[in-house]
Amino acid sequence: MSGQSSSGSALPADEVGIEIRDVSHHYGGRNGQGGVTALDHINLQIRPNEFHALLGPSGCGKSTLLYLIGGFIPVQSGTIATARGTVTGPGPERGIVFQNFALFPWKTVLQNALYGLEKLGLPKKEREERARHFIDLVHLTGFENAYPSQLSGGMQQRAAIARTLAVDPEILLMDEPFGALDAQTRRVMQEELRAIFERTRKTVVFVTHDVQEAVFLADRISIMSARPGRIQHVLDVAVDRSGGDEVMKRPEFVEIGEHIWGLVRDQAIAATRGAH
Amino acid sequence: MGATASILWRYTPLLICLALWEIVATAGPFANQLLPDVKQVAEALWALILDGEIVNHGLRSLYRAAMGFGLAIIVGSAAGLLMATFRPVRLLVNPIVQIFYPMPKSALIPVMMIWFGLGDMSKIVLIFIGCLLPVVISSYNGARGVNPFLIWSARSLGASRATTLVQIVLPAAMPELLNGIRTALAFAFILMVSSEFVIAKDGFGYLISQLGDGGAYAAMFAVILVVAMVGFTADRLYGAFVRHQLRWREP
Repeated sequence: MSGQSSSGSALPADEVGIEIRDVSHHYGGRNGQGGVTALDHINLQIRPNEFHALLGPSGCGKSTLLYLIGGFIPVQSGTIATARGTVTGPGPERGIVFQNFALFPWKTVLQNALYGLEKLGLPKKEREERARHFIDLVHLTGFENAYPSQLSGGMQQRAAIARTLAVDPEILLMDEPFGALDAQTRRVMQEELRAIFERTRKTVVFVTHDVQEAVFLADRISIMSARPGRIQHVLDVAVDRSGGDEVMKRPEFVEIGEHIWGLVRDQAIAATRGAH
Repeated sequence: MGATASILWRYTPLLICLALWEIVATAGPFANQLLPDVKQVAEALWALILDGEIVNHGLRSLYRAAMGFGLAIIVGSAAGLLMATFRPVRLLVNPIVQIFYPMPKSALIPVMMIWFGLGDMSKIVLIFIGCLLPVVISSYNGARGVNPFLIWSARSLGASRATTLVQIVLPAAMPELLNGIRTALAFAFILMVSSEFVIAKDGFGYLISQLGDGGAYAAMFAVILVVAMVGFTADRLYGAFVRHQLRWREP
């Protein structure tokens, strides 16, 4: 049911959140010849309970890597393991939030939040309480009976986050979750996500192409290059985050941002020019 | 404008048709026998209602249509979902669907008579076959067009593959599927009447052809009007059902 086999994992749960070992991935072509190399020998250890950003230009394979961790697409070569074992398919201990929200449009906010809880087999009363708790956590109280089509983009993404958090996954995978939102909404959502993270402390893997977003949210950042997708740098963002919105103006944040921008700049330019 | 006035206004063209009919029937080039006037048809209809004949024939017809249509919805929806999900099913069924879709199903009426006789079964099977393909195709197209992120979301929330098919793919395919079922509903009525013309001892179609053969044109027109009204009502009810089912789409 969990989509994982426990064999092949020699990693204690408290040392590694996600272990990515020598993972490569190709699209199209035959037997690895031709087509596109989306990921080229990726090695990465994501620590338990850290907020980890995968930062890179579009086409660098960061979403592919996230989908591989989620078990949505099969691993072609290499291994991905969590504390539960090798990933072989999707499982409720790895929740995901997509850029386009992916709410079930025929279900209300409450019904969406209840979906995973029904699969867990909780008693009805407890399901309802938990769904309402997480709807409240993302500030959607009062919209329980609204359909996604009746909500703004920001509210839809709140609902999607509530739905994923409700099943209490150990790992939270986020695929440019705020990419479809306007700048103001995105800023608010970033702050709230960080606050939720501080409270719930999950292992978060957050895909983004936005340097500021990565710096603001993540404890560590993996900087990826495109074609073929490789991890070029892994950086710690060791700064004091107390103070909410003001944090971004502090010199150490500005400095880290500048530093990362310097690292990704050439990649971004290469990506826009289609160079290798 | 009140609701009643609005409905009246919408159906004014029908009243105009009725008036034209009356004018043509009473003053036009047709003999009164060939095109009875409105009053004669109304009287014939009343007579048919009083002796219960039209109700009995009608219920027979509707039973056949409902059985064939209902079976087609169940089998067709499932077949479309399976085609969209499993490649071998798609490869097997797709060519058959492609070949049989443009074929007029009424061409099968004599075959149905030979195989299933004059009873209900021949009509039910014919209506089933006629309704099946639009349902299969719409179910298949709807299921193929499902946003894969919805399926991934459900899987990561703990749903199995089979559960996802029923709980995610089916409802996501619903807008398209309900459209196909509407087409099937029209087919059901067409095939119901046309098959009863040829192979039946009762039903709307039988009644129309029998009255026509016997020269009871006013009664024949009355039955035709009733069939039209029943079809119209069924389509309206279905439309209301669809709006309720898809209420989540309205902002």
